[in-house]
Amino acid sequence: MSISLAAQINSILAALILLTAFGLLVQRRIYGLLHLFAWQGLFLSISTAVVGFVAEKHHLYISSLITLVLKVIVLPYILHVLIMRLKIHREIETVVNVPITMLIGIALVIFSYSLTSPIRELSTHVTKSTIAVALATVLLGLLMMITRRHAVTQIIGFLSMENGLFFAATSATYGMPLVVELGVGLDILIAAFIFGIFFFHINTAFDSLDVEQMARLKEED
Amino acid sequence: MSEIFPYILDGLQIVILLFAAPVFAGWVKTLKCWFQGRTTAGVLQPYRDLTKLFHKDIVLAENASWVFRFTPYAVFGSVVLAGGIIPILSVDLPLSATADIIALISLFTIARFFTALAGMDIGTAFGGMGASREKTIASVAEPAMLMAIFTVSLVCKSTSLSQMVQVIAHGEFILRPSLAFALLAFALIALAETGRVPVDNPATHLELTMIHEGMILEYSGRHLALIEWAGMMKLFLFAALGIAAFFPWGIAAANDSPALFVAALSLILKLTVAGVGLVMIETGLAKMRFFRVPEFLGSAFLFATLGMLSYFMLE
Repeated sequence: MSISLAAQINSILAALILLTAFGLLVQRRIYGLLHLFAWQGLFLSISTAVVGFVAEKHHLYISSLITLVLKVIVLPYILHVLIMRLKIHREIETVVNVPITMLIGIALVIFSYSLTSPIRELSTHVTKSTIAVALATVLLGLLMMITRRHAVTQIIGFLSMENGLFFAATSATYGMPLVVELGVGLDILIAAFIFGIFFFHINTAFDSLDVEQMARLKEED
Repeated sequence: MSEIFPYILDGLQIVILLFAAPVFAGWVKTLKCWFQGRTTAGVLQPYRDLTKLFHKDIVLAENASWVFRFTPYAVFGSVVLAGGIIPILSVDLPLSATADIIALISLFTIARFFTALAGMDIGTAFGGMGASREKTIASVAEPAMLMAIFTVSLVCKSTSLSQMVQVIAHGEFILRPSLAFALLAFALIALAETGRVPVDNPATHLELTMIHEGMILEYSGRHLALIEWAGMMKLFLFAALGIAAFFPWGIAAANDSPALFVAALSLILKLTVAGVGLVMIETGLAKMRFFRVPEFLGSAFLFATLGMLSYFMLE
């Protein structure tokens, strides 16, 4: 496999990651969101391995494997169990005005493209063109956290932001040191457990995971 | 002889379009029957339908104006003309040099405009409803269509279809995310433009759901035959346009008979596969609610825009 072919495969994977980020933004069903999130993790993992091959950084293979295990298998499984336990698996969330959200998303992509153009000029890496996509994935995850009301979907938005940051690290600097990546992976895992505990508490207190309900947490006038 | 040959070829292409389109429509119907476990009427059934319609008399409403009588010919003519522009067998077409892909889309728009006018001209409720729905869909589908086409034009640095086919078929093979997005957008829009299942049901006569059928409800005899034939050709042309823009390999670059023979064979093969793909989509999906359609086409617009952006970002 030549370098240019690997770069092409990497840009295809970047496009797929961007596509799944948009998919997360507009998907209504909770299981659909989980599947999309797992796909995003899978593309991220393959892309990391490809970058590792191109840059001949062998520790990237390990972080690709960590991504595969953590973001494609463990995290979706934990969320799946949570959704089953909390009996919210049939819920279909109302998304605020899908076309407007999509347009904002497109604007964010253009914004991150212009924002990363100086980095692209300076970088000599094969992966320099995917930095814009990585930043866009982060911003789209943020947008998802803003536009959704359901706690679980907000968490998926948060995790997809983390995916974007990981992707940014691999494409801008050929990955962080392995120690940092291991630490981040562990953090994400712990965060998922803490989120789970929070969900149980929110659910028992309000009988729903709609965070709008939290507006009631104030004193009577 | 060699100067006049492209003109003959362009004529040949239109003849192929006229006679292959009903076969393609019949192939899609046959496949659909197989998928749904029904017995088929055969690939040639559309020919029999058309012959039957051509032999019938026309019944005109009393208040039909010239628009109503003119529309079938306008629709048929513009679709036949489009057949001379799209490179189906060869890229060396005199008509293709005179009109680029924007002109091609406006030809389809003329056909749609007249169909909507005719639907309203007769003054029935269904005609007006169909026309209003058709225009709602068109106002979302056409920007998305242009966006998808512009992505391909950006990659090929030209809006001429022949040029685009040549660049993709004979240029260096590169994996392009922009073209993948554009193909996805094109597939969604082609379903909407040709009135296939998730958007409109071509076989329906249920008043509440019909869009295209609603507009042509009052037509009969040879008028109806011309419109039905134009509809089949439109389906064929969208398949051919998709093939030309995204999978042009095998098309004849030079006008000699071996290349044309190969081009004809590969066209038949690709159309057969395209039919299978279409039927799988149509059988697998249910017709969506009308108010979901703008969302469906909005996502097509999103894919097309992402394709254009990824051309700048990733290539």
